[in-house]
Amino acid sequence: MMRSNFLSNLLKGDLRAKIFIYLLIFAGVIVPLLNLYTPEDNFLHLTDYHVALFGKYLTYGLLALSLDLIWGYCGILSLGHGAFFALGGYCMGMHLMREIGVRGVYGDPILPDFMVFLNWSELPLAWYGFDHLGYALFMVIFVPAFLAFVFGWFAFKSRVTGVYFSIITQAMTFALMLAFFQNDLGFGGNNGLTDFKDIMGFSLQDTTTKIFLFCSSVVALGLGFIVSNKFIKSHAGIVTTAVRDQEDRVRFLGYRVEYYKLSAFVVSAALAGVAGALYVPQVGIINPGEFAPLKSIEVVVWVALGGRGTLYGAIIGGILVNLAKSFFTVNFPEIWLFFLGGLFVLVTIFLPRGVIGLFADLIKYFKSKKLKTNE
Amino acid sequence: MLNIGEDMNKFAKLLVIIFMFLNINNDSFAQNIDELLAALPSAKFSEKEVLVSKLGDLKTETSIKVLKSLEKGTLYFLRSSKKVIYADKTEEGYILTDILTSEIIGKVKKKKIKRISLNNKLRKFTRTIIAKSSLLSQKPHIRIHSAKVIFGSRSVELLPIINEALKKETNDKVKKQIEMTQARLWLLTEDKKLQEQSLDYFSNNTDPKVQSVINEFIQNLDTEKNDSNLLMYNKAISVVKKIESDIKFFKLIENLFFGLSLGSILFLASVGLAITFGVMGVINLAHGEMIMIGAYTTYVTQLAFPNLIEYSLMISLPFAFIVAGLVGIIIERGVIRYLYGRPLETLLATFGISLILQQLVRSIFSPINRPVITPNWMSGMFEIHPALSLSYGRLYIIIFSITVFVALLAILSKTHVGIQIRAVMQNRSMARAMGIKTGWIDSMTFGLGSGIAGIAGVALSQITNVGPNLGQNYIIDCFMVVVFGGVGNLWGTLTGAFLIGIGNKFLEPFSGAVLAKIITLIFVILFIQKRPRGMFALKGRASEINQ
Repeated sequence: MMRSNFLSNLLKGDLRAKIFIYLLIFAGVIVPLLNLYTPEDNFLHLTDYHVALFGKYLTYGLLALSLDLIWGYCGILSLGHGAFFALGGYCMGMHLMREIGVRGVYGDPILPDFMVFLNWSELPLAWYGFDHLGYALFMVIFVPAFLAFVFGWFAFKSRVTGVYFSIITQAMTFALMLAFFQNDLGFGGNNGLTDFKDIMGFSLQDTTTKIFLFCSSVVALGLGFIVSNKFIKSHAGIVTTAVRDQEDRVRFLGYRVEYYKLSAFVVSAALAGVAGALYVPQVGIINPGEFAPLKSIEVVVWVALGGRGTLYGAIIGGILVNLAKSFFTVNFPEIWLFFLGGLFVLVTIFLPRGVIGLFADLIKYFKSKKLKTNE
Repeated sequence: MLNIGEDMNKFAKLLVIIFMFLNINNDSFAQNIDELLAALPSAKFSEKEVLVSKLGDLKTETSIKVLKSLEKGTLYFLRSSKKVIYADKTEEGYILTDILTSEIIGKVKKKKIKRISLNNKLRKFTRTIIAKSSLLSQKPHIRIHSAKVIFGSRSVELLPIINEALKKETNDKVKKQIEMTQARLWLLTEDKKLQEQSLDYFSNNTDPKVQSVINEFIQNLDTEKNDSNLLMYNKAISVVKKIESDIKFFKLIENLFFGLSLGSILFLASVGLAITFGVMGVINLAHGEMIMIGAYTTYVTQLAFPNLIEYSLMISLPFAFIVAGLVGIIIERGVIRYLYGRPLETLLATFGISLILQQLVRSIFSPINRPVITPNWMSGMFEIHPALSLSYGRLYIIIFSITVFVALLAILSKTHVGIQIRAVMQNRSMARAMGIKTGWIDSMTFGLGSGIAGIAGVALSQITNVGPNLGQNYIIDCFMVVVFGGVGNLWGTLTGAFLIGIGNKFLEPFSGAVLAKIITLIFVILFIQKRPRGMFALKGRASEINQ
């Protein structure tokens, strides 16, 4: 009961948010249970693969949430959010690489395999400290947040807005992709980072580790949701929303618009970084492909489909689109891009408020019908 | 009597010459070469020398080839029929090629054939004969090639032949090459005067190939330095320096040219986007796919008219314009017009369209790149100087992009539609109040922008792979150009494209291609912070509209 009260306090009567949190907790409990305590031939049984898959969806949900925070509530469309996600992922990947230690193909205690392969004799400076999980976790948040801070500082100060901002974020992630493809940068080049063995001493192949990572994703998503919810209800959040609707007016009222934008952007980037960090151990690889502009734009459609400006909507959108992606790319790979492209077009024209908006409209419609029949 | 005798003698000589002439012209040289070849297998070394020089006198491609083969040791004869053939050794035996028809006859064991052998003296002689024969050959390209080979061969003994050939040469291009070879051989002689002459020649005719030659000469001088050759030494050094500075200069020009050609590609690809973005404030992420459609149209045109490959690009231009333009109008009427005033949503919808178009192309044409043939007039190099040759393809693309630019300027400033387009660009509601059908203008603008992207696709099909990802590879560059140049301004787009292109090419030698691209991207990102509206921003009331 303690936990429930705590939640009620946090969400202050926001019914939908509460339902969403309960659903999330339910998923966090039921998925491990179905994995551990159902016999393998039962149709309810979830394999280890599924646990990792659902974990991946949750990290995508967190990524969608982070984008919704700035696009839905601040009106900044970032076409480079995949970059923050990938940076977080790389920080985690570097830690996992360092954990491999002597078990690598070349058995070097310090250098990861690809460095030995490239005949490097010393660990690059950027890799120092990543053998400590704590440091790695700090960097997971710090690196994307710092990049967002620098990028946003320049962009918002000089009032780069609208489509111009979108385009330069796209250029940013494109530039990062090109850079990370280079072997000389020291992050594995083309192949990225992979062949991870374990995390905190537990093998990544173990069921318990997978469940642990899944539950971490649930917790991260829940916390991210609550923090974001808190933020948009706070004074700063309300100002940010006002910036979205009438930027000039807010500025004339005496607010420093760029600081509100900047803080939203930084928080959002940090959340994306956390999502990336949880994504990597569950998927087992991080490569420069994650920086591809297409990936970032895909995130936008998750949010648009789910419902821009509703945090849970964005998360649901992220999970739904990726479920569809898993289904189509396995069964009808030809159709997947038609489907995704069609989603972009149809959602923007017919569902400007996303699936959640559609539901809200339907509920309203039925309620008014009921009222009419009662009369 | 004596006089008559001399005259008779002359007459006889004339007769012989005429006879020889007839003999050659009578298509009997083949027979002649046949006879010489037939004599080869059984000839002694002394006889071979005569045969070789006779073969050399023929000066035909076949005879030169035979001599080269003889010198290399790939000329054999069949033990059974004494027929002379080329034989190439492979692991499974010898592959035989007929000399006169160049057809492969078959494969045999080593036992069946015997090599026509040479001794060292004869081999050297053969080499000289080859040089002589090909230097005096009737075809200019053989003469040039031979002079080039001798240039690299360090054979001082060929100098007399070169001198002789130079006297007879009438073709300027060949003459130049032979002169260069002569100067190079002079450098190898012991004669100080000739060496000096050679250096004089090279200081007036700089060529990058000479650099290593003279450097080597300097090294030789270094080993036996004394007062007498100090002068020569300094002279050689100054020649090398001259060559180096020339190379640097031409490298600069070449970079500029590469930059210009990259710039014109960028311009062609992005000018359509500049128009739609400028007029309608619409971000068309499917713009890259319009380029792709243009490139595929070229491919289809070449398939449809396989006999007109040389003209295929000209034929494709109107087709590409129409096809891409129509697709653009359909997109505008079908999707974009519902989204005016919502630029971010337009961006998403057009991105969706781009995904659909890519997959469409993938389903129709397969995901593999399609081969587009380059017409002959597009390939080849245009040599300005030995250190600088420019490719025709790039040259034409630069000219083409400038033509497109001028045509667009004319359309926008002279035609009725163009003036209306500009009116809508500057003030949409005022234009509407004056009776301009803005909806129709929007469609036309979008069609025009897409059509030009299609035309860009025709040009791009000549320089990159035509595949489903063609558009994606260019879209980010296009945006950079448009945003950098300033929205809605053709001059801005032109300047932006050329600056980015040239900047990129000048960075490349220092940083490598990828880093150059990254630096350009970062530069544009920073530039936008400084001037959010690009280099040539619209001023005054017009600038308020597009945001």
